[in-house]
Amino acid sequence: MRWETAPLLGIEHLTMRFGGLVAVNDVSFSAGRGDITAIIGPNGAGKTTVFNCITGFYKPTSGRMVLSHTGNAVPEDVAALTRSGARFARRGANALFLLERMPDFEIAANARVARTFQNIRLFTGMTALENLIVAQHNALMDASGWTVLGLLGAPRYRRAEEAAIERARYWLDLIDLTSRADDPAGSLPYGAQRRLEIARAMCSNPLLLCLDEPAAGLNPRESAELNKLLKTIQSQHDTSILLIEHDMSVVMEISDHVIVLEYGIKISDGTPEFVRNDPKVIAAYLGVEDEDVEAVARGELP
Amino acid sequence: MAGGEHQPIGILGAARDAGKTALLALGLCIPIVLLRTEQDFSNQLMLEPRFGLTLTLVAIAYFARFAWLLLADWRKSRPAPVARVPIFAGVVVSPEAARRFAIGGLVFLFAYPMLSLLLVGPAGSVKWIDNFGIQILIYVMLGWGLNIVVGLAGLLDLGYVAFYAVGAYSYALLASNDVVKDFMAEMIGPWFWPAWGFWLCLPVAGILAAFWGVILGFPVLRLRGDYLAIVTLAFGEIIRMILINWVDVTNGYAGISGIPRPSFFGLPFTASESGFAATFGLEFTPLHRTIFLFYLILFLALLTNVVTLRLRRLPVGRAWEALREDEIACRSLGINTTNTKLTAFAIGAGFGGFAGAFFATRQNFISPESFTFLESAVILAIVVLGGMGSQIGVAIAAIAMIGGTELLRELDWLKHLFGADFDPTQYRMLLFGLAMVIIMIWRPRGLISNRQPTVFLTSRRAISGDLVKEGHG
Repeated sequence: MRWETAPLLGIEHLTMRFGGLVAVNDVSFSAGRGDITAIIGPNGAGKTTVFNCITGFYKPTSGRMVLSHTGNAVPEDVAALTRSGARFARRGANALFLLERMPDFEIAANARVARTFQNIRLFTGMTALENLIVAQHNALMDASGWTVLGLLGAPRYRRAEEAAIERARYWLDLIDLTSRADDPAGSLPYGAQRRLEIARAMCSNPLLLCLDEPAAGLNPRESAELNKLLKTIQSQHDTSILLIEHDMSVVMEISDHVIVLEYGIKISDGTPEFVRNDPKVIAAYLGVEDEDVEAVARGELP
Repeated sequence: MAGGEHQPIGILGAARDAGKTALLALGLCIPIVLLRTEQDFSNQLMLEPRFGLTLTLVAIAYFARFAWLLLADWRKSRPAPVARVPIFAGVVVSPEAARRFAIGGLVFLFAYPMLSLLLVGPAGSVKWIDNFGIQILIYVMLGWGLNIVVGLAGLLDLGYVAFYAVGAYSYALLASNDVVKDFMAEMIGPWFWPAWGFWLCLPVAGILAAFWGVILGFPVLRLRGDYLAIVTLAFGEIIRMILINWVDVTNGYAGISGIPRPSFFGLPFTASESGFAATFGLEFTPLHRTIFLFYLILFLALLTNVVTLRLRRLPVGRAWEALREDEIACRSLGINTTNTKLTAFAIGAGFGGFAGAFFATRQNFISPESFTFLESAVILAIVVLGGMGSQIGVAIAAIAMIGGTELLRELDWLKHLFGADFDPTQYRMLLFGLAMVIIMIWRPRGLISNRQPTVFLTSRRAISGDLVKEGHG
């Protein structure tokens, strides 16, 4: 199992409290490097809260979130980094990040974690192409010499911008939106906006792509296209995917690893096959009689 | 008027309807306007009838209603437009036409002082170059500077005049400072500071204003929307209060006078042997300086424009616009929103500072009176009226607002209509407010609400203002 042998992301004892409400309670899991990992669970289970903690939009109440770019974090290194009080440690290609210590934009820029949102957050007044160029902000910012060189029209910046447009064109081709590249993102149909948001996240060159309900509101044909897109990202790019999804046709077909949350607690973790047959998951989704809850928890009732 | 199946009313019908309106106006005018109480010499109250004024008002009501009805008729008789692309005031403007308009405007601006000299002569042209030309261009520059903060980055700044003040006072204090003058005289020579002081102090004033932009930026950047607006408003007032109360440095309400004038790259605009006029073999006239100031502010304003247009195509400019669209999405893409907002504040403030330094050298005198909240409000009104983010829209709005208020001073002929004690300048603010209300009803997103994309694959198409967000503050 890749999430045990080569974990890209390791979540340990993550807890998030909002006042008296415990949204996420002592959740631990790993996401394997190169895997598509799905987090599922009924509404209000705390899935999006986990996402917001990973991407830095919430500061978790407690817990550790370790991201290792190569997927082979040595426990001693992690312990040393935790003790040092630093946010990250780089050693050659291997870089270790403690996400709970980093602000959101640094998680995206340095730890290379990109995300999409449950309610689409495109730059609606900018064209599809501009959306993809903005996503390459940090690389372009370096090339423009922190604006100074760019303002003077340095050729280095012009080349970087051409490369950025080329990259955007690749993604537009992949999501089948090249013909609408110069249209404002807000005027695209819903399904296209979903795809564009994924492409925008990919343009920031992430190692971990977090998708919050990418199939919400898509029709079956669009869902199938989404599956294909995610499979392409997994096979052709060095990007692992973490997704929240309610659409079981998406989850069961493409995931390598499924984590089930209910009321902020992890109730199951394993391959799709394993999770599908886990009685606790079935109980959470289909519901059981009150007197049977104990029996389900003991594993006596299917 | 709005009914879809309206019959055309015809000229006779319109005349009849307008007659009713005139009757109504007359009915209203009789108790309100017709009779006026006056005291005569023996302090007795007299009733003075005002037939002329009443008739004028009734006639205005009649013809306004008549014209309105005919206009409505005419509009209904036209075939419905197939697809309207609202770009500028309902008129469709192609990019090619827009470029021609911009080039024509530039040529006109460069020829403007000469044109006014030719048309009204040296004596009359001071008013046209100074009161109209320079005054409008200062506000064009301020509008373009604020456009970076409000229009591009979507941060509502109600205290922009603070940076204008910082620029003006920085210039005034530095340029007239004896310590600096003596130091320069010792280091380079006594000729240096009078000749080049302006050119050194101008950038310093801009940099200091930008620095104050960063200082303001740090505490307020965690605020959004209304809260940001309130804090920037307070910042503007704080700067003004400091200018009033720090008498040792700023001379308080009395202000600073005798601010050094700019030189023509070392040649002063004086009647002396080494002056500008003598060097070029011209007859000395103070108009030379006015014309030079005109070109100077034109250059500064165009610099603001060119830098802004370039910045829009750079990552920082795109990040500003993305920030205006969605701040959370920006952070999820690794954009440091704090730095991005700070650069917007600093660059906007820097241009405000340049304009302030120019203002100080042009006026020769500055006092806190020039930097009240009303100034901030006018600059913000220019940006909002022009269409947030649109450079040409802001320029048009500045011309309309500042030129319009100046033009109202020229409306003496209205006295023939309303009587000798009618003073049109007293109605300036009223008319001004009315015009703004009308424009905001007619074009709620400003004169030019469309956004031009900064980059394109196949063709550059304007984006409708309905999709462009205004920012959350």
